[in-house]
Amino acid sequence: MTKDYLIERNGKKYEVVIGLEVHAQVLSESKLFSTSATKFGSEPNTQVSLVDAAFPGMLPVINEFCIKQAIKTGIGLNAKINNKSIFDRKNYFYADLPQGYQISQYKDPIVGEGNVVLDLASGSKTIGIERLHLEQDAGKSIHDIDPKNTLVDLNRSGVALMEIVSKPDLRSPEEVNVYIKKLRSIMRYLGTCDGNMQEGSLRADVNVSVRKQGEDKYGTRCEIKNVNSIKFMQMAIEHEANRQVDILEEGGKIDQETRLFDTKKNETRSMRSKEDAHDYRYFPDPDLLPLQFNDEYVENIKKEIPELPDQKKSRFIEKFNLSPYEANILVSDLDISKYFEAVIENSDVKLSSNWITGELFALLNEKNLEIIESPISAKNLSKLINLIKDGTISGKIAKTVFEMMADGDKNPIEIVKEKGLKQQSDPKELEKLIEKVINDNQDKVKEYKSGKEKLFGFFVGQAMKVSGGKANPQLINEILKKKLK
Amino acid sequence: MSNIIDLTLSELVSNIKNKKISSNEATSEYIERSKKSKNLNTYIEETFEDALKKAKEFDSKPDLNKKLPGIPMAIKDLFCTKNVKTTASSKILNNFIPTYESTVTQNLWNDGAILLGKLNCDEFAMGSSNETSFFGNVISPIDKDLVPGGSSGGSASALAAKLTPATIGTDTGGSIRQPASFTGTVGLKPTYGSCSRYGIVAFASSLDQAGPMTRNVNDAALLLEVMSSFDNKDSTSVDFKRPMYSKDLSKDIKGKKIGIPKEYRVDGMSEEIEKLWEDGKNYLKDCGAEIIDISLPHTKFALPTYYIVAPAEASSNLARYDGVKYGFRTQGNNLIDMYEKTRSAGFGDEVKRRIMIGTYVLSSGYYDAYYLKAQKVRRLIKNDFNNIFQKVDAILTPSTPSSAFKIGDKSNDPVSMYLNDIFTVPVNLAGLPGISIPAGLDKKGYPLGLQIIGKSFDEQNILNIAYSMEDKINFKFNLKEWWMND
Repeated sequence: MTKDYLIERNGKKYEVVIGLEVHAQVLSESKLFSTSATKFGSEPNTQVSLVDAAFPGMLPVINEFCIKQAIKTGIGLNAKINNKSIFDRKNYFYADLPQGYQISQYKDPIVGEGNVVLDLASGSKTIGIERLHLEQDAGKSIHDIDPKNTLVDLNRSGVALMEIVSKPDLRSPEEVNVYIKKLRSIMRYLGTCDGNMQEGSLRADVNVSVRKQGEDKYGTRCEIKNVNSIKFMQMAIEHEANRQVDILEEGGKIDQETRLFDTKKNETRSMRSKEDAHDYRYFPDPDLLPLQFNDEYVENIKKEIPELPDQKKSRFIEKFNLSPYEANILVSDLDISKYFEAVIENSDVKLSSNWITGELFALLNEKNLEIIESPISAKNLSKLINLIKDGTISGKIAKTVFEMMADGDKNPIEIVKEKGLKQQSDPKELEKLIEKVINDNQDKVKEYKSGKEKLFGFFVGQAMKVSGGKANPQLINEILKKKLK
Repeated sequence: MSNIIDLTLSELVSNIKNKKISSNEATSEYIERSKKSKNLNTYIEETFEDALKKAKEFDSKPDLNKKLPGIPMAIKDLFCTKNVKTTASSKILNNFIPTYESTVTQNLWNDGAILLGKLNCDEFAMGSSNETSFFGNVISPIDKDLVPGGSSGGSASALAAKLTPATIGTDTGGSIRQPASFTGTVGLKPTYGSCSRYGIVAFASSLDQAGPMTRNVNDAALLLEVMSSFDNKDSTSVDFKRPMYSKDLSKDIKGKKIGIPKEYRVDGMSEEIEKLWEDGKNYLKDCGAEIIDISLPHTKFALPTYYIVAPAEASSNLARYDGVKYGFRTQGNNLIDMYEKTRSAGFGDEVKRRIMIGTYVLSSGYYDAYYLKAQKVRRLIKNDFNNIFQKVDAILTPSTPSSAFKIGDKSNDPVSMYLNDIFTVPVNLAGLPGISIPAGLDKKGYPLGLQIIGKSFDEQNILNIAYSMEDKINFKFNLKEWWMND
């Protein structure tokens, strides 16, 4: 059991209460209400239709694929799918909001309550999901190209977002880290969001409040807007929680407000107070009918749901006898789990797990690569593991081979053949080799026989050295024991 | 043969089909007359040269299977027309040229019609007299001091003055039927979902419908047939089997039950209107229909409901006119300043009034009391109609509480202006079809209309009833061409 995350001041302990509103971009070729493309990084204003730019008389038409994606995500969050939901207009003026309103869902979202299970060092914890709704993204205002004017890029205008609202169930920056990663993992498994935070596919508004340990009532919360990396979320929470504790300790009151996180100064600052909050004048969008589908529609989508991380983890534990810790690592990312499953198709499970989470992860880490960019393919790693398993090479040699494989995904069988790394397992050959070691080290043999048994390791080492590391260590052990009697 | 401009749309179509008249002849005649009629201020944008070119093209290879073969037509400037300036009669769109065509107008052109130009209307279709246009008020050909009604005032005026053989308008609370009634013409608002809203500058999305404005019922049936289509670019468009309205037009309404709602007998209703309504009933009886007194109990709430729902939607629909992307812009010191200056200068008073009302009724703290309540009342109004349509096939009411009023009479009194829509507004709130047909003249000799309201998608039925009544009414108005220049 790890220690709770608490902030201590003047002998008092404060608990931090966190709720997240995650904005996840729906993985879809086209936008929520138009047929424009959604590709990231395209030239500004090249993916803009008349609907996205809000020309007179243009009307939104719902993209059914995005609806299915939202339903899938809802299923992945063990959530209630609402057969009837309503699109509302959220009215406000901004240069990158062409319609003068964002189409969103207010009172009747497509997905209701659900939950996400986190695997924490202290055990598992269930985080409640309040709702998931669909909405349009805005465009982008660019202030730093033209000295006098703000430029607007509408490529993102109208792109479908899922806003996933958690209950205030998170209690530490670390839980937020695990929560975001779990959400991302679920959506990647489902293929509903690529979770790419650098490209802004996943960002969050973070609600933070503090209260004295043991208190039931929540404190007044502040919302930190639009944080786009897990690291920044954690930094922002730390800073904000401490700021709030400081205020309370000085006898002050927390103002409910919206704050911005300044990543350079590592601090949050006020954006607008509750009194200045926008009145968004939500009302049902009269251009769109209520979104309705029957149970059968949802059932059919359920059939397309792949095995999700939690299920996969259970299967790995039960079927392959992996530890929960190992299983968790292997399922945390869809691509890792795919790699693992590809390796074990022809190889020993335990060895595969060890090699992937050990050598392979170290290599990827060192080269700063994702598993899909792995320089060693699952097919070749599988071959390497088989070479170890059938005794062709030792684990130690395997590490050398592994290093060589990384250069252009070489076939380990070829490397072993080419470099003559095959393990020496012929007892006669090994006996000769050991005899040489004994002859060359008569003084040590004397010492050994007079009781210095620690020297056994020395003989093993010498034998391995003479063999160029290729000798089968188990056989060396056996023969040495016989010879040194 | 009579003059080309005196022919109804259907007559002109058959003359072109019989090759008695060419598209070029018809187009030229209408252009000549339009040019001599500038005093009415009906046109905002003329596309005469292009129209003549298209007419000649048509004549060189006439496709006589089209329903509107080479028919020239001027249309309300609320429909976006590709490469032709579309302003919604607002300064804020004064320089706006769409790169796209509205579905309804595209349907017209696909069936052979040719655009003569864009017709004046109330700014963003907000008005009942065509006095709110940035391009000045429209004058009715009925009399020189008279408003043509609104918001499709330019359309009604151009139609009545024979500057176009037929036209199309939009109707959010009566904008087709009221001006039709004021100008002695026929105006039909179809069921919500019958005509696509794609490419029509939006006023109030849940109420807006395009419809035909014509010289007689037969023409309305023909034009509706062309305009109405299922359109997947409009999510509120309804996919139903659209009848051949003009082909199926029939005067057999024997046994039809027509309801007379007592709530439409409003306080202070003039004797003329009473008599008009009474005459209407008698005509229907003559046709073999049965008259039934009915009640639509929530009628009195329709006007206040409308003046909450429509401005609410408008306040949001008009947010896009912000000077950022297209249209008129006044430079400002910053974004907010630019918005304020642009919208202050770009919108007229009536539009601003409605944006403010709409913003107010949607504001937090007022939403429940106004917008939400209005939505509930709207549902009750709809239910009134649904219930009564179990008993009757259609409803007969006056189109307006009076004949056309004088220019300037009501422009400073919004409430009395809004009261003009009292008989037309419930139809929009319920999404039903309604048609206004000329039914008589008042003491001053100005036209008065009767409205027939039908069940959803039962346009054929109200067209048939209107068609039968038209015959009995035999409406005549002696149009003196006082406005014409040489």
